[in-house]
Amino acid sequence: MTLLNQKHATIEAAIATIPDGASIMVGGFGSPGTPFALLDELLAQGQKHLTLIKNDANEPDIGIGRLIRAGRVDRLITSHIGLNRVAIEEMNQGRLAVEMHPQGLLAEKIRCAGAGHYGFLTDIGLGTEIAEGRREIECDGQTWAIEPAIRADLALVHADLADAYGNLVYRGTAINFNPLMAMAADRVIAQAFRVEAPGHLPPETIHTPCAFVSQVVRVDEATSEQGRRAHVI
Amino acid sequence: MSSDQERILARAAREVAPGQIVNLGIGLPTRLFHYLPPEMEVLVHSENGVLGCQPLVAGGEPDLEMIDSGGAYIGARPGASVFDSALSFAMIRRSRVDVTFMGAFEVDQQGNLANWKIPGKFSPGIGGAMELAQKVETLVVLCSHNDKHGQPKILRQCRLPLTAPRCVTLIITEKAVMQVTDAGLEVLDIAEGLDVATLRAATEADLIIDEERLGRF
Repeated sequence: MTLLNQKHATIEAAIATIPDGASIMVGGFGSPGTPFALLDELLAQGQKHLTLIKNDANEPDIGIGRLIRAGRVDRLITSHIGLNRVAIEEMNQGRLAVEMHPQGLLAEKIRCAGAGHYGFLTDIGLGTEIAEGRREIECDGQTWAIEPAIRADLALVHADLADAYGNLVYRGTAINFNPLMAMAADRVIAQAFRVEAPGHLPPETIHTPCAFVSQVVRVDEATSEQGRRAHVI
Repeated sequence: MSSDQERILARAAREVAPGQIVNLGIGLPTRLFHYLPPEMEVLVHSENGVLGCQPLVAGGEPDLEMIDSGGAYIGARPGASVFDSALSFAMIRRSRVDVTFMGAFEVDQQGNLANWKIPGKFSPGIGGAMELAQKVETLVVLCSHNDKHGQPKILRQCRLPLTAPRCVTLIITEKAVMQVTDAGLEVLDIAEGLDVATLRAATEADLIIDEERLGRF
């Protein structure tokens, strides 16, 4: 883990630490919370054979949609890709391996990895085709499915505010998967619109404590390339 | 919006009680928002992590970090909260959401629901539908009575992959309001101007109809 006083990084340096073949969690539900600037830098630097873990596939020309269109993603672990016709086409043509999970199970599998557990037991999906291939066990007279946790090499997250130690504060519905992923990956790169000196953020407002964050990058809120990006639909 | 959809939504609004926590699925159910009286104390839950959604004021500038699960920009009403996705689904799995409204490809007289996959044609992923269907106490299906080819959607037994088994409480179509009971599908209301024989002909499921008690909507 990066030392506290060495986390504030440039976007180029932070993304340059990502190797080909990495598994990467990407925050966001649709556009809010998607770390657009980090993803665009990843596109520019050229890493390939990536496994991405994200709730959705964004839309074809933004966020991970650009990486998928550029053929840089081998595998996507997700919940719903209905807004990205390119991702659906890549999946149907066999060029993109897609693993789908019910959204709440995907969130919980990531939360579980972040809490340091192997997995959890659930009754969600029993009696449906989601249950096919899952291991089931009997506990206290009831059937449960075993859901293993999902971890990753890296997480790319978007926060509204950060400090230079990497403490993070999210805003609105941009929270979504970000705090879960920030705990479930070996290395965490956060982008934020403001990076304050330590002490500026009230301790009780911190969503993700800096212990989980490897590097923090300031991005410009005012430009559409770096800041928030509008949902098309 | 068609008059059939307006009929469905106006009837569906009667299923929401003051003080409830309500989830509105993508598509037609989302528009139920506009059929709830603004002064009604109801919190609309959206599974991307908000309790207390509010439609945007017309002409208002959207906050790009506030959307509902369908991607529409929203506001937050007094008493609203925002939270992460794991917490949002904990709220669903712990049945803290009182009622959810969903669309359907197929629904059957046992209360089975299929609304996420048509093998070989449509498989974008299930999103949050499975946990909502399985864990929310009251599930109201809002859908057209027949598909675009005129085939019945209210069936004896679903043929498509299930979202969840035996999860549906009530079905509201433009033709009828049907309650899932242990005995089968009981018609509570029939659309104004429609007769029972026409309703039965448009439906594959066996319908329990007591013409003495039948309401109109």
